[in-house]
Amino acid sequence: MSATTFSIENNRTGRGEMSRAKLWHAYLTETKYECLRALRAPAFAIPFLLLPIVLYVLFGVFLAGSMSHGDPTVAKIMFVNWSVFGVMGPGMFGFGMFVASEREQGLLTLKRALPAPRGSYLLAKMIMATLFAAIVMVTLVAAAAAVGRPGLTLGQYIGVGLLDMAGSLPFCAVGLFIGTRASAKSAPAFANLAYLPFMHLGGLFYPLPRSVQPLEFISPAFYLDKLGLLFVGAPSLDQLAVGAAGPSSHVGPTMQVIVLAAVAFTFTALAIRRLARVG
Amino acid sequence: MNNESLAELSGVSKRYGKVVALDGMELQVRPAELLAVLGPNGAGKSTAISLMLGLQTPDAGTARLFSQSPLNLASRRHIGVMMQEVALPPELRVREHVDLVASYYPDPMTAEDALRLTRTLPLAARPYGKLSNGQKRQVQFAIAVVGRPKLLFLDEPTVGLDLAAREMMWSRLRELVRQGASIVLTTHYLEEAEALADRVVVLAKGHTIASGTVNQLRSLVGRKRITCETSLPPELVAAWPEVQTVIRDRARLHITASNSDAVVKRLAMADGNFLDLEVHRAGLAEAFTELTQAEPQSELTQEVAS
Repeated sequence: MSATTFSIENNRTGRGEMSRAKLWHAYLTETKYECLRALRAPAFAIPFLLLPIVLYVLFGVFLAGSMSHGDPTVAKIMFVNWSVFGVMGPGMFGFGMFVASEREQGLLTLKRALPAPRGSYLLAKMIMATLFAAIVMVTLVAAAAAVGRPGLTLGQYIGVGLLDMAGSLPFCAVGLFIGTRASAKSAPAFANLAYLPFMHLGGLFYPLPRSVQPLEFISPAFYLDKLGLLFVGAPSLDQLAVGAAGPSSHVGPTMQVIVLAAVAFTFTALAIRRLARVG
Repeated sequence: MNNESLAELSGVSKRYGKVVALDGMELQVRPAELLAVLGPNGAGKSTAISLMLGLQTPDAGTARLFSQSPLNLASRRHIGVMMQEVALPPELRVREHVDLVASYYPDPMTAEDALRLTRTLPLAARPYGKLSNGQKRQVQFAIAVVGRPKLLFLDEPTVGLDLAAREMMWSRLRELVRQGASIVLTTHYLEEAEALADRVVVLAKGHTIASGTVNQLRSLVGRKRITCETSLPPELVAAWPEVQTVIRDRARLHITASNSDAVVKRLAMADGNFLDLEVHRAGLAEAFTELTQAEPQSELTQEVAS
């Protein structure tokens, strides 16, 4: 044997118990490396970090601003709506694609065989997606303060930021569920199949025609958007278009929170069940 | 401790639809032994390992790891795993991968020590995705040992390694066993099992068909290899009752035979001028071929280790 100081003796008598501090360390390490690798994957990081700010400035600030002649209400709506758009992507695609490909490549099987602490893999992924949501929100707030001018107080900026970070979790859960069921090749397609209707039915970009408005209720983006708009005291695009409260106002904020929490919980539970059984 | 199994399958059956992968399987991993699990494709090796690791649950019988359910996290903290088909995230650096897995264990060595042990320290700062396949296997070996496991599961660990790297891994495996660790090794390289294993288990069609030391398995198979230079035509030699196969390689004949003494006598009588005679006992490869071609209910089913 070389000069390597290697011994398995230390673990010979142990019972395999981990102190709380070591368990925390394991969860933190998993999260740290999950975030690092996501940031190092430019194909993942760049679109989700740059796209929201670019689109917000182009469409939400310049286009909507010129069309509304600088109406501050429209500026508020645009900020809130594009914030919802910004946090949807990392959640749905970060989970959908990474989980599907890692499952297919045997990484999840290895983690199940190794003594990875329970839930550390999923928790790390969720924190990674929330971190991305936070970065997106920081860039959007900076753009809003610089050019969007929605006239929000610092408290409102922070409130919308925190709301949307938490609001990324239902999208994470849906993405995670897709990732546990779909192959690596089909996961992006399935994620898009949910992402695009969520986005468009959320009423984020244009007022929906009355005939389509009942479908708004299937989109988590719709509920998150409503909460954000309520927080900054602005109407939705639908309401702005008809000059009055549309059908969406029938759902109160408590129910909006419940729906978002239920989506997050249900899809996470389905995914955990699937991962524990199949890997 | 010495009578205790670190991992065991008792009366385990597992089927996938209509296909029976394991049928009443018995398998024990004892302390400080290197157990090679051999068998042709589809014999049930992977299923047996998966059940011991808790990746699947048996349809009948029980799988135990350190006397507990393999699903128990505390029992899995005593094991290290190296799987055959796994792609680790390419973005992370080698040290980071090892450091992450170290965090799963109560008393791991440092990532640097694990890398030093597996001679991969120079790769520490390299992104995993930039490594060659052989280097990836070595890093996976570092990941398997970083938790100071009492029991290592290694699935085809030396596939893709060059000779020096394979030698390194063999010497590390011997060292680990010397220190008291147990290793379960599946391999297609029979010379690997021959070089390393304290005990070999041969599976076929979901059964254990033989179990014992390499020497015991070889002696279970009566064949010997005879080579010599002779002018006798191979068809003539092949017709002798003790001879199983004959291959001519230029002037030499390679003969496998159940009774080498009788064949050598016949050779001497038929061609008094034969040269350069060599007689070898059958290797594990021949034993393996004969065992796995035999029916499971033959006399070979018996345990020869005891």
